[in-house]
Amino acid sequence: MKIAIEARGVHKWFGEGDARTYAVKGVSFDACFGEILYVVGPSGSGKTTMLSMISGILRPDQGTVKIDGTDIWDLPDDDLAEFRLRKIGFVFQDFHLFPRLTTAENVAVPLILQDRPWDEAIAEARRDLDVVGLGHRADLPPVKLSGGEQQRVAIARALVSRPEILILDEPTASLDGDTGQAILDFIRREILTEQRCIVIVTHDSRIFDFADRIVQMEDGRLKSIEREKLDAQ
Amino acid sequence: MPGTLRIAYKLLVNDRAKYGALLVGITFAVFLMIEMTSLFSGVLSRSSATVRNIGASIWVMDPAVQTVANSIPLPDYVLDEVRSIPGVAFAVPLYSGSALLKLSDGTYQAANVLGLDDTSLFGRPALLDGKIEDVFAENGFIAVKDSEFYKLGNPKIGAEFEINDNRGVIVGLAKVASSGLFGVPTLYTTYSRALQYIPSLRFTSSYLLVEPKSPADIPAIKARVAAIGYLALTKDEFIAQISKFYKFHTGIGTNMLIMTTISFIIGLSISGQTFYTFILENIEKFGALKAIGAKGRDLVMMILFQAGFVSLTGFGLGVGLCALAIWTARLYLPDYAAIITWLNLVLAFLMVLIIAGASSYFGVHKVLTIEPFDIFRG
Repeated sequence: MKIAIEARGVHKWFGEGDARTYAVKGVSFDACFGEILYVVGPSGSGKTTMLSMISGILRPDQGTVKIDGTDIWDLPDDDLAEFRLRKIGFVFQDFHLFPRLTTAENVAVPLILQDRPWDEAIAEARRDLDVVGLGHRADLPPVKLSGGEQQRVAIARALVSRPEILILDEPTASLDGDTGQAILDFIRREILTEQRCIVIVTHDSRIFDFADRIVQMEDGRLKSIEREKLDAQ
Repeated sequence: MPGTLRIAYKLLVNDRAKYGALLVGITFAVFLMIEMTSLFSGVLSRSSATVRNIGASIWVMDPAVQTVANSIPLPDYVLDEVRSIPGVAFAVPLYSGSALLKLSDGTYQAANVLGLDDTSLFGRPALLDGKIEDVFAENGFIAVKDSEFYKLGNPKIGAEFEINDNRGVIVGLAKVASSGLFGVPTLYTTYSRALQYIPSLRFTSSYLLVEPKSPADIPAIKARVAAIGYLALTKDEFIAQISKFYKFHTGIGTNMLIMTTISFIIGLSISGQTFYTFILENIEKFGALKAIGAKGRDLVMMILFQAGFVSLTGFGLGVGLCALAIWTARLYLPDYAAIITWLNLVLAFLMVLIIAGASSYFGVHKVLTIEPFDIFRG
């Protein structure tokens, strides 16, 4: 499979001198197109920091991150922002939907940031809401939706610009078990393609079954382990 | 409208509570600023009403005169001296003084009496009713139909009154550009009748009204008048001198400045604080936008647009509210002196721009320093 994300020797530390604390220590891994990669680990293990560095929003102090062959941290700030806008889709833990916009407008935000005409962006957003089964909710504000529905809106927003990389941060953290399972099932069935790589940060073992590969982080280091071993733990 | 600005617009106006608070803050501040400055403009305009209404190009006066209402009579030789200046086309005396009238119903009413040069009636007002030559008739006076007119009992032509034990008759009704500041009605008559009916000092001319042969003669006229110890001011200079007196030598200007400054500070603090709170409440959303791929300039434009939109809307509402308040006030208080001038509007607009700029500065600073990483960290 073609490599989508290539992280090599990535370090991140905070503070200097005696106060320096390592969040990520020399992590290297690959993620491929057509796979769902889980990054798991306890709180404070560095997985969110790692996620931020591979998605181009937190500069590593050492090491390289390539996405589809492009060293993203070599890009100027504006180009990196544009790269994120077009190549990476984000689903945040708390969704971060705009409560003052309609559901369709929320989904259309990435297209609007790409300077697509408003009506065209909204029309496309409506189509993507249909894909996630929320076409009938397009004109409601997100606060009128359930947690699972908001999650699906966040997924539709992440997908609307057809990104090659989809990053989900704790996608089931605010959902009940059944809804979380349904969302992951939906992602695997409908969202995963041969041209897309999905990286999910989670510590929810109930959804490990949906992963192609699982890597575990601990104290800022990364170790790849088998899913069966993790389940046994 | 670009899509990002449309998003900014919806984020702003759909948060009705915050948007309402911002609008109220700015509208109230603009209302107070324009109201205060308009009142001041009204006072200044009315303080020089006689100068505007008479309309002479040059006014000759004692150098100690500060306002048109406080004239110092000039010796007669000054008129002869001024008439002898080569660049003077003509010069006439003007009487300006106060008198106590006894109206037909027996009540007393103070009035401002202007005595126009008998031969030319230079500075006469436009008549609404009657004929100007009737002012030469026995006891003839022309009443100005302004906001103080009702204090004369709304007289018609032929109405009589007493002035210093002399009979006066209204022979015409006139209109003028501006009402006076002190809330008393104005009567026009001839210079000689004014001197005859109203007790005077030894010197009788309040001002000399001068028309130059050409504008180029004005400096020479002013120099010649100064040489004999008097002061010649153009109409605009006299108005400016009166304004300066009210601005700097009475408490009016200072009080208005203080009130305007307080209005500005109130507006700045209400809208600045509310806008900053609005940004803080949306900071995670702006961080999410940044993570998704919004560039710094997109976010700056969104915030500037929000600040600009709410400020301009508040400015429009404030101006409208002020105009409505002045209009309503004039329905019940004909003497209400407020005037909204372009200068008032520009001043308030500049202050609103400062409010918008200051409000958005802190918001922009906050949004530009938010790290998208914080969004992931929760």
